[in-house]
Formats: sequence, C-alpha cells, structure tokens
Amino acid sequence: MSPQDDTKGNENVSRRNFLKKSGYALGGLLVGGVVGSLLTVGQRQAAPSPAPQTQSTTDYNQALMYFRPDQFRMVEAATERIFPADENGPGAKDLGVAYFIDHQLAGDWGFNARDYMRSPFFKGETVQGYQGRLNRREIFDIALQEMQNYSQRKYQKNFADLTEEQQDEVLRAFEKDEIKLTTISPSGFFRILRNATIEGVYADPLYGGNKNMGGWKLKNYPGNQMAYTNIIEKDEFVKMPPKSLKDHLHT
Amino acid sequence: MRKLPKVDVVIVGVGWAGGIIASELAKNGLKVVGLERGKERKTEDYFMVHDELRYAYRYELMQDLSKETITFRSNEKIRALPMRQYGSFLIGNGIGGAGVHWNGQTYRFLPYDFEIKSKTIERYGKNKIPNGMTIQNWGITYDQLEPYYDKFEKMAGISGEENPLAGKRSSKYPTPPMKSSPAMKMFMETAKKMKLHPYILPSANLSQAYTNPDGVARSACQYCGFCERFGCEYGAKADPVVTVIPVAKKTGNFEIRTHSYVRRILHKGNKAIGVMYTDVTTGEEIEQPADIVVIASYVFNNVRLLLNSKLGRPYDPATGRGVIGKNYAYQVMRGNAIGFFENKEFNTFAGAGALGVTLDDYNGDNFDHSDLKFIHGASISLTQTGLRPIANNPVPKGTPSWGKEFKRQSIKYANRSLTVAAQGASMPFRHHFLDLDPTYKDVFGDPLIRITFDFEEQDRQLALFLATKCEEILKQMGADRVDANKELGPYDIVPYQSTHNTGGVIMGDSPDSSAVNSYLQMWDAENVFVVGASAFPHNSGYNPTGTVGALSYRAAEGILKYSKKGGPVV
Repeated sequence: MSPQDDTKGNENVSRRNFLKKSGYALGGLLVGGVVGSLLTVGQRQAAPSPAPQTQSTTDYNQALMYFRPDQFRMVEAATERIFPADENGPGAKDLGVAYFIDHQLAGDWGFNARDYMRSPFFKGETVQGYQGRLNRREIFDIALQEMQNYSQRKYQKNFADLTEEQQDEVLRAFEKDEIKLTTISPSGFFRILRNATIEGVYADPLYGGNKNMGGWKLKNYPGNQMAYTNIIEKDEFVKMPPKSLKDHLHT
Repeated sequence: MRKLPKVDVVIVGVGWAGGIIASELAKNGLKVVGLERGKERKTEDYFMVHDELRYAYRYELMQDLSKETITFRSNEKIRALPMRQYGSFLIGNGIGGAGVHWNGQTYRFLPYDFEIKSKTIERYGKNKIPNGMTIQNWGITYDQLEPYYDKFEKMAGISGEENPLAGKRSSKYPTPPMKSSPAMKMFMETAKKMKLHPYILPSANLSQAYTNPDGVARSACQYCGFCERFGCEYGAKADPVVTVIPVAKKTGNFEIRTHSYVRRILHKGNKAIGVMYTDVTTGEEIEQPADIVVIASYVFNNVRLLLNSKLGRPYDPATGRGVIGKNYAYQVMRGNAIGFFENKEFNTFAGAGALGVTLDDYNGDNFDHSDLKFIHGASISLTQTGLRPIANNPVPKGTPSWGKEFKRQSIKYANRSLTVAAQGASMPFRHHFLDLDPTYKDVFGDPLIRITFDFEEQDRQLALFLATKCEEILKQMGADRVDANKELGPYDIVPYQSTHNTGGVIMGDSPDSSAVNSYLQMWDAENVFVVGASAFPHNSGYNPTGTVGALSYRAAEGILKYSKKGGPVV
C-alpha cells in the first residue's frame, strides 16, 4: 500500500468518527454545523471523478473581462518572468495567472471597492501606506502603457516581444524606481503585480489561475482537505492529490 | 428620530465581550438588546471557507474600509493619514466580531502584568521606568481575576496543560492539550534541553468534543489549517456564535439587531440614557433608551464612540490629564527567526490556529532585567497554524523576491522551514494615544479615530533580545540555516503584525488615572460599562482574548450588581 492510499484510508475513518461527534448542540437542539453536507461530500468522493480537462479542449469559461488583448499579452509575459516555468513545473503563463489578474481587476479589487478612497489626498510617509487616488484598474492602465513606452524607447520593441533578459531589465527598472513617472509609483505597481502573480499561482483555481491546481502541486500543497486529524502527528511528509473548492461543492 | 421602548441593557457590538455579557445578563433575567453594525454570521457560512484569497487576502470577514477606517501618524508633528487598505491589523465585523476570525490562542496574563508598576519599582527601583513610559497598576490582581479566567476557559472549553511559570490556577484546563506535531515535539525537547519551560499552547480549537457548563456541545478540531482570518465550519473553534450567543438567545431575554450602527451614547447629567444608532439598511436614525449602556465594540470604536458622544474626559498628551484615548498600546512582533532544513519535510500545511508550544522564560518579569534596557518580555512559541500557499513563501535572506531563484527556493522550503516567534509586550507612553481625527470622516460624516504611535527604544531592545533567543532555539533544533529578524524599524502600518490593539479606556483604581474601575464601569458615568481590550493599561506578551473574556465575565457581574443596587460597584 502506498503512503497515499494509507492516508486516504485513515481519512475515511476520521471522517466517520468526525460525523459521529460533529455539530454543536444546545440542550439537544442542533444550532448549526455542516454535518449533512460533509456526509454528502464524503459520498461524492466515492463516485468516479470526471475526466480532467485537457489543454486541447476549448475552455469557454476563459476570456477577458478587463484587459485589451495587447495588455493581456504584456501581463502574461511579465508574470511569467516573475514566476517562470522551469524544471520544477509550470510558470505563471501556463497556470493562467494573467487571466486571474484580469478577472480580479474586473471586480471589487480593481475598483478598490473596500478601500478607503475618500479625499483629501496627501503624500504621506512610507509607514502610512498607499495614499494615492488611483484605483488598481487605473494603475494597471497607466503602468502597462509606461512599460510599453519604456520598452520602445530602450529596445524599439513591444514588451511582449523582448527577450527574457530585456523583460527582466524593464521589470527591474520599475521595481527599483529607476524609471521616473509623475502619475504612479513604478515600484508600487511592481509590488501589486508581483503579489498578484503569487496570488494567481496559488489561489483556488476557481479564480482563473492555479490551473488544474498546478501551483499547489509545485509545493505538494494538498489544497483544501476537510481534516488532517490523522496526519498531524506523523513524522513522514504526507503527499496526497490536492482538492479544490469545486470538490466541496455539491448540488 | 424614532424612539423605541426602553430596555434594561443595550450592548454596542456583539463579539466576545458583548456576547458574554448578553448571556450572563439574559440568564439572570435582564432584558437585553444587542446592536451589531454588521451582519448575521453562522457556521453554514463556511462551506467554502478554505479559500485563502477570499478570506486571508480580500478580508471577507473584516470591516469594509470604504465606509470607515482609522488614521495614523507616528508622532504629533506629522499629519495623520487614513489607513486606506488593510495591513498591520484587521478589524472584525458582524455577529461574533473578531471572535470569529481569531486563532484561538487563549492565555492568561501574568500576575506581574496587573501590578506592573509596583512590582517593577519594587525589584529594580523607580529609575527602571524610562521617562514618558506610563505603566500603571490595573486596579485588580491576578488572584482577583482568576475566577473569571476560569469561567471563560470552561465556557470556551480551552485545551491545555499547566504553564509552569504562570499564576496559580483554581482548576485544570477543561480539555486535554491539542495533539503534538513533529515540529512541536522538536521545539519541546530542545527547549527542555536548554533548561527552559515549554508547554503546549492553550487552545480554543478543542482537542476533543466538549459540552460546556451552559450545555453547549461542540465537536473536536480537525486540524484543517484554516483558523486565523477564517470562520470554523465545524464549530470546533470557540467563537461567540457557537457559544455564548445561542445561550443568551435561548433565554428569550436577548434580542440582536444586526445592521445597527451605534453612533452616539446619549447622556444627561452624569448618566447615559440610551444610544442613537443608524439602521444601515434604511438610513433611519433610531433612539434606543436603556437603563444601562455596555460599550463592547473593538478598541478603536469604544474610544471613538465615547469621544464622538462627548462622554468622559478626553486624554491630553500635553498635560497627561484626561483618560479617554490614553495608553494606546500594541505589540512587538518582529523578534523572530526562521530555520531552514535541508533534509526534513514537515506537514505544516496541516494545523490549527492555536496549535503550538510556548515558553514564558522570557516573559513578564520571569527573568532578571537588571542589565537589560527594557522591561517585560514575550511568550516565545512555535505554532503550526496551517501554512497556506499564497502566504507561505519562505526564502533565505538575500534571495530575490521574484524570478527563477525565488520560485526555486520558495518551493523547496515551503515544507522545509519552521518559525520560532516572540509575541512582545507593548508598554504605554505618554505620547501614544487615540483621539478624533480633525479631517477624515466615516460614511456618516463622523470623525475617524486617530492613532499616534511609534516603536520606542524599549521595543527595539526587546525585539533584539527576543530574536536572539528565537535564533538560539532554532539552531539547537538542528536547522541548517537560521535567519533572525533582530532589527525593529519604525512602526509601519503596511505589513500585517498583530490584531492586538489595546488601551484607550483603561481600568485602574482611581478616576485620576483611569477611565473605568475594575468592573469596567465608567468613573464618570456609573451606568456605562466599557468592555474589551480597550481596558488594558498596557499589553502583555500574549494574545489578549483570554483576558478580554475574563474581564467580560467580571463586567457582567458588576452590571448585575449595579442593576440591583445602583451606584459605583467598587
């Protein structure tokens, strides 16, 4: 029996035990809990899982919500430099990170909907955090245009058509504020892009990145499992196939 | 303004403090209304909770900053500016408040904490307290507070084992300690070899199924690794929604109104007459009269509500007089170290919010400070809270933050690194305080609260000392490489540090130096009780919730006394 099978067996035992003990009750009255649903999830796991989607199938759930295609190509190229494909496995491009960022910009995050964006605006100290009036959509629009201008000035080519080394040089110019802009902070934009890239690699696949949980597989991260009761004390590292939120959704 | 019928007690904010007080008062027959600005929360909300992006990075459970935030400046010479995005700390919202998204690490403060000023002077002399440091005794001793700690721990079902360096306990923890992971065992064994006193961290995550004295039964923790910033889909992590609130509701004496944003305490003479709140679903302003007003929101709103209501004497840093806004304190979280292991992989994706091992050899006054340039200290812990992949990208110092090398190292060490961290105490200073911002407003047009705070030499010395201790432990644990964070820069509101903000409505034994007495009853308005970590005169080297819980039980007792006899209860 492989370690993997062993884990699965223990987990089922754990789930049964858990179901017996689960829920919280007040004087016999169950006031909440997700017991019923867990049972369904448990049963669902026994059913054969649908065949994994392959790259060759057209994914009709995937298109652009915010970027123009040229912006998308730039973001795809830039995020691939931040998190490149290598011998460990896929990079940002294959993981769909540019789609992730596109979709994030299309919603609350792009509009800074839950940030305090009231005036007056003043330039603050670094320790006071972001004090600009632009939202993330506006920052991306300006920054991508400036990245294109800089690439054209320096290499007479669009960013997406530069060599990897040249792309790194452009990104570093933003990261280190070597390029001077009056509208946005180049390093501030770079931080947003870098952090969004990491999010796109590792967030649940439902957001458009981490394609086929490929980001999680890089780290042997098991995604979201219901319980680790039976492995928490184990000495050896336990590998298991990852699960996504989709695996928890049942209709 | 529509005026509702009078009730016995109105509570502002239904988190741990509000929930505990509601349950204790309702059980004793008082008619209680809880006003909560946020929405209803229940365990069924968390089917899809294992979502790091939504909960940890988009702050699903937190206050919407577009409507209200705080402003911050390092000192009085610079202009305070709003915290436009989350960073340093996270502000809860909705039923259960921050009690929903906490980790569950449930400590008691040390006997030293409650008598910090006299004990420091007694051992080291007056000159040990630097100019401007405004530590003071709490107006209560550990022994006096002990029964209330006990009550909170039994209600929540805290899992733990005796801390050899803490105050006396009247009874054992209600449930046995959590399971021990291999990393925890390494820390435990190493610390013992170093003649330190490690113990398994007291946890509100429940090591086994538990029925509390109120008859609430909860199931055991599943070590799923999603606690801090998340709600618990099992109801295993103690939070107000699965403990005290249903108990209060079952009495028939407790009514919760959600989406009810309290904006003013209404008062006449030296008593409150009720509160004014906005129903945020309609915009209507409503008056709720009450015999007793309990302010139980988070630290910042407790202070803001008093100042906006012109209740109590505002603190003035120039003279040191006044009390509302005084002694804002935080925590020193930068004294830590990370160890990298070449040949060992850990299942650190698994864990629980309060899974870990701790030691207090360098906390409080458990060690000699004669030759040190700081007082107090920190708990030092190895915790296994569940490393999630967006956050967990450990790389040795000097590694670039992006590109091929970053990817290689962050993947390699994702399961091959352990952190030992200190949770440093934070001492109050005369020039650290909360007041109303003169410029920035919330969605209703009310002034925001303004924080004036920075780290001091005390904090820098503390961080340096603690990081060195953390580094030693990790080296002894056999890490191949240890990187320690020894330098504490200025206080920066951008990186997350700790949601353990304290002070502003502090407790004490005299109206000259404190805002509330040891039952958290306002000296200046006898029918107003202000409950929460806002009552801490300083912050200790521990998570604060255990002490917030104990003080809430004590306040509930004070309110019951007051409802019968009136007048000051001390």
